[in-house]
Amino acid sequence: MLTNAGRGPLGAGCLGFSASGVGRAPVSVSSASVGPPVTPEVVRGKRAALFFAAVAIVLGLPLWWKTTETYRASLPYSEISELNALQLRLRVPVTVVFTRESVPLDDQEKLPFTVVREREIPLKYKMKIKCRFQKAYRRAFDHEEEALSSGNVQEAEAMLTVPQEQAEGSLTMYVISERSSLLPQDTMSYIGPKRTAVVRGIMHREAFNIIGRRIIQVAQAMSLTEDVLAAALADHLPEDKWSSDKRRPLKSSLGYEITFSLLNPDPKSHSVHWDIEGAVRQYVQPFLNALSAAGNFSVDSQILYYAMLGVNPRFDPTSSSYYLDTHSLPHVINPVESRLGSSAASLYPVLNFLLYVPELAHSPLYIQDKDGAPVATNAFHSPRWGGIMVYNVDSKAYNASELPVRVEVDMVRVMEVFLAQLRLLFGIAQPQVPPKCLLSGPKSEGLMTWELDRLLWARSVENLATATTTLTSLAQLLGKISNIVIKDDVASEVYSAVAAVQKAAEELASGHLASAFVASQEAVMSSERAFFDPSLLHLLYFPDDQKFAIYIPLFLPMAVPILLSLVKIFLETRKSWKNLEKTD
Amino acid sequence: MPAVHGGERRWEAEAAPGMAAARPLALLVLLVLGPGGWGFADPPRDSLREELVITPLPSGDVAATFQFRTRWDSELQREGVSHYRLFPKALGQLISKYSLRELHLSFTQGFWRTRYWGPPFLQAPSGAELWVWFQDTVTDVDKSWKELSNVLSGIFCASLNFIDSTNTVIPTASFKPLGLANDTDHYFLRYAVLPREVVCTENLTPWKKLLPCSSKAGLSVLLKADRLFHTSYHSQAVHIRPVCRNAHCTSISWELRQTLSVVFDAFITGQGKKDWSLFRMFSRTLTEPCPLASESRVYVDITSYNQDNETLEVNPLPTTTYQDVILGTRKTYAVYDLHDTAIINNSRNLNLQLKWKKPPENGYIHYQPAQDRLQPHLLEMLIQLPANSVTKVSIQFERALLKWTEYTPDPNHGFYVSPSVLSALVPSMVAAKPVDWEESPLFNSLFPVSDGSNYFVRLYTEPLLVNLPTPDFSMPYNVICLTCTVVAVCYGSFYNLLTRTFRIEEPSTGGLAKRLANLIRRARGVPPL
Repeated sequence: MLTNAGRGPLGAGCLGFSASGVGRAPVSVSSASVGPPVTPEVVRGKRAALFFAAVAIVLGLPLWWKTTETYRASLPYSEISELNALQLRLRVPVTVVFTRESVPLDDQEKLPFTVVREREIPLKYKMKIKCRFQKAYRRAFDHEEEALSSGNVQEAEAMLTVPQEQAEGSLTMYVISERSSLLPQDTMSYIGPKRTAVVRGIMHREAFNIIGRRIIQVAQAMSLTEDVLAAALADHLPEDKWSSDKRRPLKSSLGYEITFSLLNPDPKSHSVHWDIEGAVRQYVQPFLNALSAAGNFSVDSQILYYAMLGVNPRFDPTSSSYYLDTHSLPHVINPVESRLGSSAASLYPVLNFLLYVPELAHSPLYIQDKDGAPVATNAFHSPRWGGIMVYNVDSKAYNASELPVRVEVDMVRVMEVFLAQLRLLFGIAQPQVPPKCLLSGPKSEGLMTWELDRLLWARSVENLATATTTLTSLAQLLGKISNIVIKDDVASEVYSAVAAVQKAAEELASGHLASAFVASQEAVMSSERAFFDPSLLHLLYFPDDQKFAIYIPLFLPMAVPILLSLVKIFLETRKSWKNLEKTD
Repeated sequence: MPAVHGGERRWEAEAAPGMAAARPLALLVLLVLGPGGWGFADPPRDSLREELVITPLPSGDVAATFQFRTRWDSELQREGVSHYRLFPKALGQLISKYSLRELHLSFTQGFWRTRYWGPPFLQAPSGAELWVWFQDTVTDVDKSWKELSNVLSGIFCASLNFIDSTNTVIPTASFKPLGLANDTDHYFLRYAVLPREVVCTENLTPWKKLLPCSSKAGLSVLLKADRLFHTSYHSQAVHIRPVCRNAHCTSISWELRQTLSVVFDAFITGQGKKDWSLFRMFSRTLTEPCPLASESRVYVDITSYNQDNETLEVNPLPTTTYQDVILGTRKTYAVYDLHDTAIINNSRNLNLQLKWKKPPENGYIHYQPAQDRLQPHLLEMLIQLPANSVTKVSIQFERALLKWTEYTPDPNHGFYVSPSVLSALVPSMVAAKPVDWEESPLFNSLFPVSDGSNYFVRLYTEPLLVNLPTPDFSMPYNVICLTCTVVAVCYGSFYNLLTRTFRIEEPSTGGLAKRLANLIRRARGVPPL
């Protein structure tokens, strides 16, 4: 009633093509145990099953693997982890020039020679920073002697710097005679507006050591101090190292947008006019030209009407004026900011400088500091955002004419404040001048050349730290999540970022500040392009359970019969082996 | 993540010690230069005009069209430093960065029904429309177009970033520059429409921010979002184009026109009444002109239509009127100049009121709106029809998806809408004598008739078969099919497994057939196999 021939095809019909092996297998098993000889039909079925299994394993599996794998270009993981423990050597080349009679004669005969002084800058940061002052001692040339023997420092300065321009980051120190009248009697050193300084010499057995120490003091003030680097790395240092009451300078970027806005909340009473074109041309542009090595700048201005501060100023009956106290200043900006307008045309950070002419009902308006005294400039600034200045209309103007009163803004007063704020926002603070040192008067641009160098040193270090952190977190992320596709262009960005970091570190170590700064900018750009590449996210949200949901309907019917038939064939051959042994 | 902005922002007064050190320095710097010899008192190079036109529409709705025009006498192309006064900085930067010649952007919700509302001043398609003429100095127009649409989507909080090559066209004939143009090589034109764009408050707020007076003074105080979007049509637009600066056209100026048109629905907003006032429309009144505007006016269309003997009354009475041929018809407008002190000073604010004077009519309309799944619509109208006339009553249906259990077994057949009923008293041709109710035949006595001059008729129209959208009902079936296939496959392999085990044991235990045979044999008393 239930025959072998009847059973076999029934099972095979359910399983489809792959069941042929399974269907035939029982025949061979039963035949082996019952005793009849193995028919060629049974052998064919067994071979077919084996063939299906072989095709599935040899062809199917690699095909499936190849077509579904995520493409991951190789990345320089080891180099990135090396960057993390990078040791930066910042080399400041200092040329020390001795004039006649500045040091004892027998010391002068040793010239020229080079001394290197290396000092580790203690920062609680994984990147070790060492500062090397490489002092090259030499004798003064004739024209330098002539210049330094002139009557006052400014003249000497003018004569010295005309012939040769110095490279960015390098410094030149002139050591003059102890009794020279070039400097006032009680000053020991002088820092010029460019990359030069003058140090008074000494007639002493230890002359080189004493002078060397003085030179280091001056050179540190002009180039690298712990403060400058700590400010530059403010984002990367732990909070305890960089307390929040210190100022954070603007983050390093390729360019900056500067917007001057005149806020006139009461156009019915005040018709305010400001000559921003002239002020920008005369004051802002020269400063920005001097600073152009640090980035591209673009300047805009606008006038906003009916733009109110977010805070109601308090009335002070004694002086019949209004005031804003320090703790209300944070609430001033946010309502105004929505009117300022996003800088649609570029991605650079925006610095806002607002000139606020208070409405008639709240004027005059003064800003009070923590002690309750009015701030002399009537202005305040917010790090990384910009500054606000309150400009009160002269009360006499109201008597003279009817509303609206025409107000001409005194741009000199305004620009003084805005430029000082601009310097602060960029982190160009006053240096810690060593004792008995004379600081030269400012240049007409409002920025000394060595201040720019200091900014570039700090920015280079900051860029390197940023690029390293970006690369490290990218490498960590990619290592952790195996679904992320790494395209070739992302990989090439990573490679170029690593190369740029290395190049910048080398250039810093050899004292080429300008090229080091450019390389560090490239490093930041490439690393951020790689980090924010949208292709990284393509397969990120494709969880494993969804994959199984797609694979199971395909793989289950295919794999189960193949596996079963394989198992059966295996069992059967083992049995036949045993039988063979028995018969032997 | 290193590139994420440090969110913390700190504040300090200028009196901090570092600042005190920096201040004298800057002071010195500037004293070296001193005040430069620049002159004050340039004539203002930019001007602003604002205008509101209120048009009562034939349907009883009312349209309000705002226009704010900022004109700036500046070249604005690739200047190093730009200084903005009335012209918004965000748009000015766009013009110079992307070398725009013209930009037209509109956001519209709803559709202007020309049949009921008459021709519009400014027509715009539903959704967002953007068309731009670039300067002929632009080398890669497609790239600029893509970047520009992205930036605009940021400025106006709209989905303009979905503009790409699949929905951008280059019309060759229909979109000519509206402003000054030397040559019109259409290669520099791009046009795109996003019909799906939903316009809402977040698009209006940035649009309002571009106005010099923001929404604090002048006509823009009326722009209150919750009223403007409670309308049957809302269209806001920005048009930038170069225009001639003077009559001889020696140099160009840039013109920015911000327009906003809304149509207030008489039924929704006015509770069915056709009387309007500024306060009723905008829930605000006008109190002062924008001090920056050189012209600030309100126009009200008081053209008498002379249809149905309706007349429009405007309160307060206008000081001047303006007549011109607009869109092919002669129109009269009442003009209110906000700079004219007499208009506002009398009552501290200006609340324009429009009243329709209409002879009473003897119609009757009863309308009871439907509630979903509770009650149907009911519309009853009592109309007196003139002789030999055709009267059409049309009702719009809105198609909606039902819950899936609410579909009939045959949903593609359609859904029936019950027929409408017409009950009429028709004047009789022949005067009939009063009949006796009990005596007359039954076919003539269902409807009572009071006098013999009329007879009563009740007519029914055909029922309406409406096709509603039907979902794909086969989807659950597909899922079941797939599941069954999988289960069947599993079952098949198990079945196979079972069959094999059964047959291996056959020789040792004898099998079912043998046992059955033995059972039968035992019953028969025959020895088993």
